[in-house]
Amino acid sequence: MTTTLSTPRTKGRLLSWQLLLGIIGVLILLAFSLFTGVYDVFGAQDGAEMFAITRIPRTIALVLAGAAMAMSGLVMQLLTQNRFVEPTTTGTTEWAGLGLLVMLVLFPQASILSKMAVAIVFAFAGTMLFFLFLRRVSLKASLTVPIVGIMLGSVVGAFSTFLALTTDKLQSLGIWLAGSFTSVIRGQYEVLWIVAAVAVAIFIVADRFTVAGLGEEIATNVGLNYRNVMLLGTALIAVATGVVTVVIGNLPFLGLIVPNLVSMVRGDDLRSNLPWVCLLGIAITTVCDLVGRTIIMPFEIPVSLILGVVGAVVFIIMLLRQRKRG
Amino acid sequence: MITLNDVQKKYSSEVSIGPVTLQIPTGGITALVGPNGAGKSTMLTMVGRLLGIDSGSIEVAGYDVSKTNSKDLAKIVSILRQENHFVTRLTVRQLVGFGRYPHSKGRLTMADEEIISRSIDFLDLSELEGRYLDELSGGQRQRAYVAMVLAQDTDTVLLDEPLNNLDMKHSVIMMRHLKRAAAELNRTIVIVLHDINFAGHYADYICAMKQGKVVEFGTPERIMDDEILTNVFETPVRVIAGPEGPLAVYY
Repeated sequence: MTTTLSTPRTKGRLLSWQLLLGIIGVLILLAFSLFTGVYDVFGAQDGAEMFAITRIPRTIALVLAGAAMAMSGLVMQLLTQNRFVEPTTTGTTEWAGLGLLVMLVLFPQASILSKMAVAIVFAFAGTMLFFLFLRRVSLKASLTVPIVGIMLGSVVGAFSTFLALTTDKLQSLGIWLAGSFTSVIRGQYEVLWIVAAVAVAIFIVADRFTVAGLGEEIATNVGLNYRNVMLLGTALIAVATGVVTVVIGNLPFLGLIVPNLVSMVRGDDLRSNLPWVCLLGIAITTVCDLVGRTIIMPFEIPVSLILGVVGAVVFIIMLLRQRKRG
Repeated sequence: MITLNDVQKKYSSEVSIGPVTLQIPTGGITALVGPNGAGKSTMLTMVGRLLGIDSGSIEVAGYDVSKTNSKDLAKIVSILRQENHFVTRLTVRQLVGFGRYPHSKGRLTMADEEIISRSIDFLDLSELEGRYLDELSGGQRQRAYVAMVLAQDTDTVLLDEPLNNLDMKHSVIMMRHLKRAAAELNRTIVIVLHDINFAGHYADYICAMKQGKVVEFGTPERIMDDEILTNVFETPVRVIAGPEGPLAVYY
């Protein structure tokens, strides 16, 4: 208890020594990522070049994709006022996948940018569909929401599978969508930088999302245009999910685990939480990727598999905790 | 002053509100009372522009709520609905801070912080300001919401059943806070109340509604009357002289 004259600060501080520690921890993980691999980047003659072609791009991709999916999950949870949603439990990724498949079937020669654009449009339309559906569900906090989302996603996924089957694209679809950083090399991952712009945008309008998270009525009361914020949020989520799905593939549960862990410890002030959500997203993605790279060396397990296992466990723990709290 | 002019809202052929023509004077507490389904909350929600109207017009302090920009309106009138459970984990202070959103757009200045502190003090929440909302009791949480709309610093404050789910003690505390807010902060408070005796004691004006229409409007002295209340609530009501003023007896 101090009796200083300064008024207490309502917002958490952005920079703190904890955050610095977190940054250092993530940097160490990233260093591990840079120096983990079969190729001997120190011994071999073209080691430095290989390092620049694969290791650096892969590590950058881990940072961008991990942060983007974690942030998308956070924004989605605020907009739906439900702790259990994220792009893979609302069908957003499946829609992006369908968009990608449509391009693979109709315009196989299209550039990665146009494939991505279509995936983003599909992700946006699919997420809007889900949100419209949510308006009819009265129990927003209930588990019905992610169940509906997962069902919707399954239907879209099944349709994609059918479409892929009839057009003989099943295998390529599987490869595209299985989240993996294995094929990330210089020259083909750079579009992922788009999600950095999304992250900046989320940071700028963070308060609006927090206010929207208090519900339509409170948001309107303080003069926020709720509908516009919903549209903006959906667009940002769709861009992040679309880009990551096309370049990396599915990163299941990441958007679910990270915001929930951060919120448990720090509450929900979005702006001061965002750096933490990014860091934790990067850390979890990197750890899962490192595990995937090392356990069956010299081969690799897709990161989506490991994330799926870890995420499913955390998801179940969250469900049980919620039931205990009532 | 709040002016409703021929306001109508149709839900279905059976359920509708209005036409309501009403003037709620500036200052003090105006209580909206009436049986269930009378349209009290709906009317409040329409004044607070959370719900559109079909015809007529509503003015708050001279601003037409259906024509004024929602952003500007947020500095003139604030509304708190009764159902407010959200999953966001905020501390009391963070929640109250969002009451400043119309003024600061999230970037709180020192002046904002002072107003937030004052609102928190006003509702005796200083010791709880760092606690998360989900750790509070119903009464404390309700007070935090009210502190938020007070921090919004609007002349007109609309509250939809703020005593809902509060026990006797906390209901009384809440009404005293509101009475003080009206008197000391010069707010015009319109409040939906279920308990006619709370209205009779704390309100400066009572507006009685029934079947979507305003049937009576006046001071508690006038409305606290056998015949009027019996007619409004459709159940026999007797008003007796109590130690603190008239008491409605209806059981």
